[in-house]
Amino acid sequence: MKFTLGWLKDFLDTDASIDDIVEALNRIGLEVEEVIDPASKLGNFITAKVLSAEKHPNADKLKVCMVDTGSGQPVQVVCGAPNARAGMVGVFAPPGTHVPGTGLDLKVAKVRGVESAGMLCSERELEISDDHDGIIDLPADTPIGQPAAAVLGLDDPVIEIAITPNRGDALGVYGIARDLAAAGLGTLKPIEVPTIEGSYDSPISVSIDFDETPPPCRHFIGRHFRGVKNGPAPLWMQHRLRAVGLRPISALVDITNYVMLSYNRPLHVFDAAKVQGDITVRSARSGEKLLALDGKEYELDDGMVVVADAKGPEALGGIIGGEESGCTEDTTEVFLEVAWFDPIRTAETGRKLNVMTDARYRFERTVDPAFLPAGAAIATQMILDICGGECSRLVQAGEEATPPKESRTFFLRADRVKTLGGLDVPLDEQNEILTTLGFDTTVSDKGIEAVAPSWRPDIKGEADLVEEIVRIIGLDEIPSTPLPRPHAVARPVLTDLQLKQVRARHALAARGMLEAATYAFLPKRHAELFGGGQKALELANPISTELSDMRPSLLPNLLAAAGRNAARGHGDVCLFEVGSVYHSDAPEGERIMAGGIRQGQTGPRHWDARPRGWDVFDAKADALAVLEAAGFSADSVQVDAEGAPEWYHPGRSAALKLGPKKVLGYFGELHPAVLKEMEVKGPVAAFEIFLDELPARRKKGTARPPLDAPELMPLRRDLAFVVDAQVPAQQIVQAARGAEKKLIADVRVFDVFDGEQAARQLGEGRKSVAIEITLQPRGKTLTDEEIAAVMEKIVAAVARATGAQLRS
Amino acid sequence: MSADEPQALEQEALAAIEQAADERALDEVRVRYLGKKGALSVQMKGLGKLPPEERKARGQVLNALRQKLEQAIAERRAALQAEALQKQLAAERVDVTLPARPERQGRVHPVSHVWEEVVEIFADLGFSVAEGPHIETDWYNFEALNIPPSHPARQEHDTFYFHANEQGERKLLRTHTSPVQIHTMESQQPPIRIIAPGRTFRCDSDQTHTPMFHQVEALVIDRDITMGHLKWTLEEFCKAFFETDNVKMRFRASHFPFTEPSMEVDINCTWEGGQVKVGEGDDWLEILGSGMVHPNVLKAGGLNPDEWQGFAFGIGIDRLAMLKYGIPDLRAFFDTDIRWLKHYGFTALQIPTLSGGLSA
Repeated sequence: MKFTLGWLKDFLDTDASIDDIVEALNRIGLEVEEVIDPASKLGNFITAKVLSAEKHPNADKLKVCMVDTGSGQPVQVVCGAPNARAGMVGVFAPPGTHVPGTGLDLKVAKVRGVESAGMLCSERELEISDDHDGIIDLPADTPIGQPAAAVLGLDDPVIEIAITPNRGDALGVYGIARDLAAAGLGTLKPIEVPTIEGSYDSPISVSIDFDETPPPCRHFIGRHFRGVKNGPAPLWMQHRLRAVGLRPISALVDITNYVMLSYNRPLHVFDAAKVQGDITVRSARSGEKLLALDGKEYELDDGMVVVADAKGPEALGGIIGGEESGCTEDTTEVFLEVAWFDPIRTAETGRKLNVMTDARYRFERTVDPAFLPAGAAIATQMILDICGGECSRLVQAGEEATPPKESRTFFLRADRVKTLGGLDVPLDEQNEILTTLGFDTTVSDKGIEAVAPSWRPDIKGEADLVEEIVRIIGLDEIPSTPLPRPHAVARPVLTDLQLKQVRARHALAARGMLEAATYAFLPKRHAELFGGGQKALELANPISTELSDMRPSLLPNLLAAAGRNAARGHGDVCLFEVGSVYHSDAPEGERIMAGGIRQGQTGPRHWDARPRGWDVFDAKADALAVLEAAGFSADSVQVDAEGAPEWYHPGRSAALKLGPKKVLGYFGELHPAVLKEMEVKGPVAAFEIFLDELPARRKKGTARPPLDAPELMPLRRDLAFVVDAQVPAQQIVQAARGAEKKLIADVRVFDVFDGEQAARQLGEGRKSVAIEITLQPRGKTLTDEEIAAVMEKIVAAVARATGAQLRS
Repeated sequence: MSADEPQALEQEALAAIEQAADERALDEVRVRYLGKKGALSVQMKGLGKLPPEERKARGQVLNALRQKLEQAIAERRAALQAEALQKQLAAERVDVTLPARPERQGRVHPVSHVWEEVVEIFADLGFSVAEGPHIETDWYNFEALNIPPSHPARQEHDTFYFHANEQGERKLLRTHTSPVQIHTMESQQPPIRIIAPGRTFRCDSDQTHTPMFHQVEALVIDRDITMGHLKWTLEEFCKAFFETDNVKMRFRASHFPFTEPSMEVDINCTWEGGQVKVGEGDDWLEILGSGMVHPNVLKAGGLNPDEWQGFAFGIGIDRLAMLKYGIPDLRAFFDTDIRWLKHYGFTALQIPTLSGGLSA
């Protein structure tokens, strides 16, 4: 909402400076977005008198003018305007001036051999209109040497404020003046409503015809005018409209806009000669069309409110008028519409047709339902004053839509501003604020009974009254009050799952990976590669097809990011993300995961450390590191080589499980076909951990179990087994470890010999796995016989479990 | 004088020790003179043939000689070892200007870091961290927050919708973290003190908007909470978060459907070379919306507004990160450019703490 300071002062009697007004507007909730001083860009332009205007010696269309700029010495200016003549007063720009209309800086120059030291300007050059037919021609008695902006009425500062959706009443300058008056910035001037009876009966009558109750047009006041002349509006009105960003069109149209901006009272004027028969406000019939004033044709639908004549729709109620019945320069008969349209219906229609106008903007917020007669009278007076002619008596349909007084009456407890707003305000001051804002109040010891004015339908309860008081006094006045501290020393607050996310994130960053935050959505083709893409998780109104589906996994967006980085020349990236993926649209379908990828090589080329491609064991280490960081021992999970989903390499991936059914996550190299689809160069090692699937860490106090650190040296022995190539190493390790639990402290694989060479040496389909066994004697050292006995047990246990034989 | 004489033997042996070029040569010298058949041993054996009075004196001389030679050998051995070590070290010399073996430096995303900072501050004030689903119902995202279907505020939310299911219900992506207010009221009895940081979504994408961003919601419900508590909480938060006591704040009346009264909050800042600095200067920058929880919202959460009241506010986490760390472009947060992540990210050990500082 834009308005000028002068416009505001029409309604507010105030000496306040513009700075004070801006400060107050911000305080009371009418946030100032910009203050524009139009005089600043016209600072150099002054009024000047043309003393003489002779024909240019070398050009037929140019004149050489001597101009009195008020400085004493006349200035010679070459001018091409047809209306330049001796004795006229115009606007002069001296050399050095930036001319906003041309974007050029003036210099002293020779024009066809004659020196020109400045410029006589047109309206276009000052950007006050498109007129470039001649130079500005001011009244002959205009003083010389004065700032042109002031003389032209262009020095009125423009204030632009943001209006919150609840404050339709502030979409008129008068409403803003009312708020400022309540805030102590001056006195609100009463609205002068003229009394105009009209001299004849309107030839056009109005009716409201809807099946629904209440109808979406509750009240309609009309008036006919004849003998009017629709020329340009007076300059002062044009200046104001232009200042707030509206293009002056004609007196009749400009008057409707002026009343709308002044009082938040949208109006419409029909060319009455083009209206056939009477006017009916009714629901549009499916298939009806309206060519609107914006030049577009709208296809109308049942339920849209139209103002129609015998031919059909002539306007969309509360939104936009029709081209056919619009006023033109030739209009002599006018029908004025002052109506009240339902906010919700107006918004729905506007949205459906995708048309936004100043009228719609106001009707869908609020238009004072009690202001129709006053609005009609004010507009009538302006039309008669500016366009002449005579007016009819009013015609009306429906009735005032203001809700009954009881539903607008609320009680404000005397202490409520303090107990809710935290501000101590004497009751009489509270009452004064409400009264100035237009509330009808009754004060008692207990508080204030307040009837909200018709223009404030946003007031719906006591809390709203508290807001009116605190916003007008200013929230800065509320004293800050410390929240009581629940504990002297703060207690931990994170949940187990929240802490797991934090730990996983720091563990992965410590492992050299970069944390990404990627979008929750992705292209359908990517979703489908990772088990997603179902209809329930597809957005109905995506930003683009590249962001159409909810992500089923953290991996695709990380992969796409790796691809983008590689395309920029930064390959070999290690990325992770901790966040949500979506397996259904139910709350439990949102899973909290940690996932990551390592793409390309382990590092740059190095003089000593040779880089290699990332592989499944890097992914396994990442996955287990996340589990450990989440407080979960890696020893307790099973590795299911067949358990990873289809986006992993089938032979180089696994699921991490807790028991046969509980899947904690996956790791592995990604399937080359998936990488190809995603256009990412492999290999890529990836992992995904369902953090929300990990068992909660059990809290059993803070004490650790006692340290077990035997005195005796551990012993190490190696064993190599030949076994079927399909046997997982984990089986051998588990069998060995289980052979003599008391003595065996650790078993680890230190060599695997497989592949073609192993087949040749050990037989087709065979491999060798070598393990190192750590024995921990307790109490006494082991004899050679005891050690040999343990080793025999291990060999037997491994043979039993896997069919392995000791490699000879 | 023959080599049989001790003096001659001594000279000869000492010279041989001195000339031994390495430990092996030294060992040979030792055997030649001190070994079982060595020259000195031979002389010692000859003692028995001497008359007793000579035997004693000569015995002493030979023993002294043995000790002297042993010491000379030990000294020579030490010298040879030192020399060998010197040679070995010289041979092991490398070019230490060569680069070390590469290690990857990981980073935590600025949004995560700010999440941890915000949690750290509010944990100290007794707030716990609440959460809610990203895929929401119309009820939680709008209706329960006092935004009925016709409310103009709905249009400003640019909501992402899913397709209607068989029941005609159309789920949506939450447009703010405020639905967590309702989930929290439903799941716990007052007094309530929570923050709800998380992802939010709006169908909007341009220079300064991304379709996904992060907010943190705060909700305090008790019997006697006023706007004074709200102001104090915001002031303390801003001072702690921006790590300066110079933050000036401006509180402006505003409107949100779910709070009444409502206010927007600006902090002071300067703009220098296109970069904003918070806590300095006289310009104002809007950073958050807040207010007293609307009675209709309390009712929707199952609380009696005559009994309970409180405040709520919401701040953009990404915006906090941009302001605090001078990050110019919101869109880059979600672009995963590794140069950006390395530059604006935090190392694994930069964990925000109240004792060590939040920016760490």
